[in-house]
Amino acid sequence: MAEKPVLSRSSVTECEGVSELEGGADHRPSNGKTRWYKQTFDPAVAKHPERDAAFITGSSTPVDPLYTREDLADRNLSYDTDIGYPGEFPYTRGIHPSGYRGKLWTMRQFAGFGTAEDSNERYLRLLEMGQTGLSVAFHHPTLVGRDSDELIARGEVGKQGVAIDSLADMETLFDQIPLEQVTTSMTINHPACVLLCMYVAAGQKKGIAPRDLAGTIQNDVLKEFIAQKTFVFPPLPAMRIMGDVIEWCTAEMPRWNWVSVSGYHIREAGSTAAQELAFTLRDGMEYVQAGLDRGLDIDSFAPRLSFFFIAHNDLFEEVAKYRAARKLWARYMRDRYGAKSPRSWWIRFHTQTAGSTLLDRQPRNNVMRVTLQALAAVMGGTQSLHTNALDETIALPTEENALIALRTQQVIAHESGVANTVDPLGGSYYIESLTADIEEEAEEIFTKIDELGGMVSAIDNGYPQREIQEAAYQYQKEIEQNQRIIVGQNDFLGEMGEPVNYLYIDDTVEEKQVERLAALRRRRDAAEVERTLEAVRCAAGSDVNLMPAILEAVHAYATVGEICGAMRDVFGEYHEQPIF
Amino acid sequence: MVSAAREPKPVLPLSEKGPEKHIRVLVAKPGLDGHDRGAKIVARALRDAGMEVIYAGLRQTPEMVVKAAVQEDVDVIGLSIHSGAHNYILERVAELLKEHDAEDIGLVVGGIIPDRDVERLQGLGVDAIFPPGTTTTEIIKFIRQRMGEVAT
Repeated sequence: MAEKPVLSRSSVTECEGVSELEGGADHRPSNGKTRWYKQTFDPAVAKHPERDAAFITGSSTPVDPLYTREDLADRNLSYDTDIGYPGEFPYTRGIHPSGYRGKLWTMRQFAGFGTAEDSNERYLRLLEMGQTGLSVAFHHPTLVGRDSDELIARGEVGKQGVAIDSLADMETLFDQIPLEQVTTSMTINHPACVLLCMYVAAGQKKGIAPRDLAGTIQNDVLKEFIAQKTFVFPPLPAMRIMGDVIEWCTAEMPRWNWVSVSGYHIREAGSTAAQELAFTLRDGMEYVQAGLDRGLDIDSFAPRLSFFFIAHNDLFEEVAKYRAARKLWARYMRDRYGAKSPRSWWIRFHTQTAGSTLLDRQPRNNVMRVTLQALAAVMGGTQSLHTNALDETIALPTEENALIALRTQQVIAHESGVANTVDPLGGSYYIESLTADIEEEAEEIFTKIDELGGMVSAIDNGYPQREIQEAAYQYQKEIEQNQRIIVGQNDFLGEMGEPVNYLYIDDTVEEKQVERLAALRRRRDAAEVERTLEAVRCAAGSDVNLMPAILEAVHAYATVGEICGAMRDVFGEYHEQPIF
Repeated sequence: MVSAAREPKPVLPLSEKGPEKHIRVLVAKPGLDGHDRGAKIVARALRDAGMEVIYAGLRQTPEMVVKAAVQEDVDVIGLSIHSGAHNYILERVAELLKEHDAEDIGLVVGGIIPDRDVERLQGLGVDAIFPPGTTTTEIIKFIRQRMGEVAT
């Protein structure tokens, strides 16, 4: 067994001279931790060894047996400048002065399956059960800018999200839902410009102006290349479209978050917590630069930049990650980009519990995993939260399992007491040390990406992809070598557990959707479709903003596949160089 | 197909054996989704276990998979499917393998496969389905056994 690697920090302090620290001309606290190790901890451990050779976080970082005020001194942490107060720079403790005492987080369950009718029915039910925001999951053909009747979509229609091919489907999806009252989040990236226009058009048909629509579109084009991989366009055109969306939304949709910069998929692809944070914030900085490059005032568009993180298993590490995120973003926005409005300094984020941590063995245990992860998100100050259903690893959730997931949030909100005070873990020696360490690690990654020439060059270089892959392999090895225990996977196996009911999407959904699309193609004005698609092609080939042309094509009932196709004609299509 | 060796084998990691003994595996990720974490981990683990791995990557159609498998003369095809399209993809792969007279190529699948589809897929000639939580050790062991080698 390897020797304990974890006591290095206190030994560094010791080398600096115990007497000076104890004599304390610099007012650092006396070095009690070193003394405690020597006098109390080491003899006790010599008698009763610890149960593991090394204790590590979810990201494989060594954890000390104890954190004390010396750890804060070692990191030069000052309460006023590093931790501070909620609602004040650097926002480590939260962006709202009263935390959840004023308003709870938005309980926003990601949902979508089958046809637009199927999902509409689920949304109406979720709203009736007390959910406070909608979140649309599109099926994969839509995510990659293809239609349900294309060969490449075979077998995937309506399976992992809702099939949306045209404005007609979007109208059905939001039937009877008051779009001026709900906030809607849409997970779509390279085709975001098209789906946003479909949402806008659906609103216009109900008599609601774009400026009255509130919500978020993921539109995080860069993380597609390093994690989620539902890319369509190469990086440079993708960033050009991003610029168009920023410009258009800033002018037309003041209540709309035009991006949700996402760490969720980066972590699900296997990164560490610090990598998730660093790659996400660095992607965010590229989008800020894209807005600046359009000549926009930073404070006109940066407040509508939102984020999306994961809540993984290690509760303290996750809380530290959210705190470090707030602090870093505020500092970079103010000092690197010169934002003056506090709203530009705020990092507002959605959180989802980690799908990849759920098991199909003993599936009911997933409820406990989700609860702990959700607790981390809440204690970390998330603005909105999706809790995964226990059957997430097998299928999309059944209504029953989706309800348990929502109820989990309601129990945390109203019964646990964690929402009573702001940043309840703030001031914990462990949490503050972890927050500082993650912040430092993220900044090292920023430097590396800056040296590579920014995120687009780093992606071309393969740097984030390699880092994520390496971390994923490491995590898997830790499980297979039993250095990391997963209940029901490599220990406490017991029985498989009673199988749970799950949602099964059969192939009739595909038949229905393909038929519906064929009917649409027959009834729409083909010449108008062709004319508006040509206008999209034209806009793509010039430096005119694409959004007005796309909106017009959407109103003519051109499909996702056709509009993305027109853009593919000009921009080309991205193909990944597979590396492993 | 490598025949089962009956005589005692020297205890050597596979990577140190002659190249003629290497098991060749095509790892591909059909479907439109980007969940390639599992496929990449498995590809790397198989390579570390001494197999020759051809990693085809994302968005592979059944036609692309079978073409590559035949061209590369692989022993086993490993497909990672998370998109829910497993029934369509595997039916088509099985059909194409038959057309190419390549049914001796092993076919293993990992990812999200609902229980109710398992029997149907086995009927198509899928040799193994590895659900989430399967270790790379289990996968390596299965492939070696499938190839008639003594599992280490």
